[in-house]
Amino acid sequence: MTGALLDVEDLKVTFAGRGRPVRAVDGVSYSVHPAQTLAVVGESGSGKTVSCRAVMGLLPQTAVTTGSARFAGTQLIGLTDEQLRRHRGADIAMVFQDPTRSLNPTMRVGGQIAEAVRAHRPVSRPQAREQAVDLLRLVRIPLPERRFDEYPHQLSGGMRQRVMIAIALACRPRLLIADEATTALDVTTQAQIMELLLELQAELGMALMLISHDLALAASYADDVIVMYAGRVVEQAPASRLFSRVRMPYTQALLEAIPRLERPAHAPLPVIGGRPPDLSALPAGCPFAPRCRHAADDCRATEPPLAEHEPGHSWACWHPVGGPAGRLAPGNASGGAA
Amino acid sequence: MTSQGPAEAALLSVRDLVHHFPTNAGVVQAVSGVSFDVHPGETLGIVGETGSGKSTLARCVLQAPRPASGSVTFRGTDLTTLHGTALLKARRHLQMMFQDPFGSLDPKWTVRTLVEEPLIAYRTGDRAARRQRVAEVLELVGLDPAVHGRRRPRELSGGQAQRVAIARAVALSPALLICDEPVSSLDVLIQAQVLNLFEQLRAELGLSYLFIAHDLALVKQVSDRVAVMYLGKLCEVGPGEMVYRKPLHPYTRALLDSVPGTAPAAGRATTTISGEPPSPVHPPSGCRFRTRCPRARELCAAEEPPMRELATGHSVACHFPLEGAAAEAGAGPAARTTARSEERIGETPR
Repeated sequence: MTGALLDVEDLKVTFAGRGRPVRAVDGVSYSVHPAQTLAVVGESGSGKTVSCRAVMGLLPQTAVTTGSARFAGTQLIGLTDEQLRRHRGADIAMVFQDPTRSLNPTMRVGGQIAEAVRAHRPVSRPQAREQAVDLLRLVRIPLPERRFDEYPHQLSGGMRQRVMIAIALACRPRLLIADEATTALDVTTQAQIMELLLELQAELGMALMLISHDLALAASYADDVIVMYAGRVVEQAPASRLFSRVRMPYTQALLEAIPRLERPAHAPLPVIGGRPPDLSALPAGCPFAPRCRHAADDCRATEPPLAEHEPGHSWACWHPVGGPAGRLAPGNASGGAA
Repeated sequence: MTSQGPAEAALLSVRDLVHHFPTNAGVVQAVSGVSFDVHPGETLGIVGETGSGKSTLARCVLQAPRPASGSVTFRGTDLTTLHGTALLKARRHLQMMFQDPFGSLDPKWTVRTLVEEPLIAYRTGDRAARRQRVAEVLELVGLDPAVHGRRRPRELSGGQAQRVAIARAVALSPALLICDEPVSSLDVLIQAQVLNLFEQLRAELGLSYLFIAHDLALVKQVSDRVAVMYLGKLCEVGPGEMVYRKPLHPYTRALLDSVPGTAPAAGRATTTISGEPPSPVHPPSGCRFRTRCPRARELCAAEEPPMRELATGHSVACHFPLEGAAAEAGAGPAARTTARSEERIGETPR
């Protein structure tokens, strides 16, 4: 696709441990466009974080990454750490879940932002300080001149996450990856931070990637959603479409399991049994088949590829929820779904 | 909560509970005069954000730590007056479970020993009877005694470990289970399984729950009544459906607006309040929510709003509650603020 800011193709990440190698990411492809908000959703171990860190070159030595990740035309996979450093921060920046662990507790927050500014730009100390105060103002921290001199422990969790965002924005990246950036925060603070991210995205024209286990959060804030399972993309669609016409039984299971305000109290939540598969010993066929209500013999024999079955809506399933799609429907089986 | 039937009908009755912590920064007023009842077979959910004092409240109910003042009447006995073995005896029917299952399970013990431990502590039956009971409760929580009984915590998944914690908690057939964020460390599919297990135990064992969490949707899912806590005080208590459909307190409204929805028509979650909770060391005068409240006026700083019942079983501590049930009560300054009163809550007794 042309015009993509980040174009990831057939990304594979294998961890060579003491035992059998673990394929944490297996053939993931997606693109992020300028000003787009893309959510990557999945449970623990689905590969959502590993796939993003692979793009940034932030994985340990034991990880082997293959495939392609082009940022504005430049291939990132295979670059040395030194080469990648020019892209990190300046082109792609990341905000992580735990601001407490990402910030240096012995350093004033303003100094940490100024350090990020100076790491990428040839500016004097006073200029860096000025820019750091501007960044604190940008992330809507009240009294930025005063907050500049405070230590992380003097700030609340929400304020610390704003500081992390300020650091990430120090070089005005074109893509901001928020990896569970609001998971540790309270719901009202989460809403504040998410609103801030979307406002900043509009102001700065950034693309935003939200990595989250929370499908409801993705639904509420993203334009498009990718659902991952066992290192694969199993469904991709515009957020509104995913929640009105879910196709992959795994996505449906995730959606149904979320407690919702509209649901009557004590009503049993629809659940599926089992656990995500062991990535070092995957069964043949669809990795979700052992837990799937709709699984048939073909599911256990052949793995369904991810394909765009309906305009803008892709899924990897032989028997999608709601019956086969208009075109490309493989096998045209009964669908199995009620 | 003021009038929830006769007090003796309540399984747990908490009145004016207060607890403070001295810290370097000053005295943290964690729980400042909280009252509520839990009835037999009922689940009372308490929802609150970080620093609201909800976990301190749970621990004070168990007398660990002892509250500074107030009463905690469980099955007719005030736990704050009990000491030593009398307290231990009373607490047998009052069990607690926490967020991190691995943190509450000794890593060196097997699952079987972990579940047997409370039975030994209370000298229940002989060895054979205890082993029998361990097998029973493991089956009850969906674990295979033969397979999982020999495992140690590190060999369990998060969901399985939380099931072991539940098995430990129900082994002594308690009447009330206090759960403090019991599923927040679990993935959504496992969380749903554990929530369903709570419902199953409620039906099969007639358990009551005091269910504490930060997630309003989750609390509403499991609770008959929901209490909303802010900075050491309850600001609204009512049937879950009422609190969701007709919130009376502006803070409850803000919580509801912040929850992202998954319904196709659901709008984007928004913030209706700004700023952050004030420090519990120096809580605001009057209403503690007033510094962030869009409806706050002078009265809110001057006077603390008392908890008052505006519809059957639905109470709020606010001088200017949100429209709807407020107009029905027609009490105090609330009546002036509700220009657009809604007549739908007709069953309100005056």
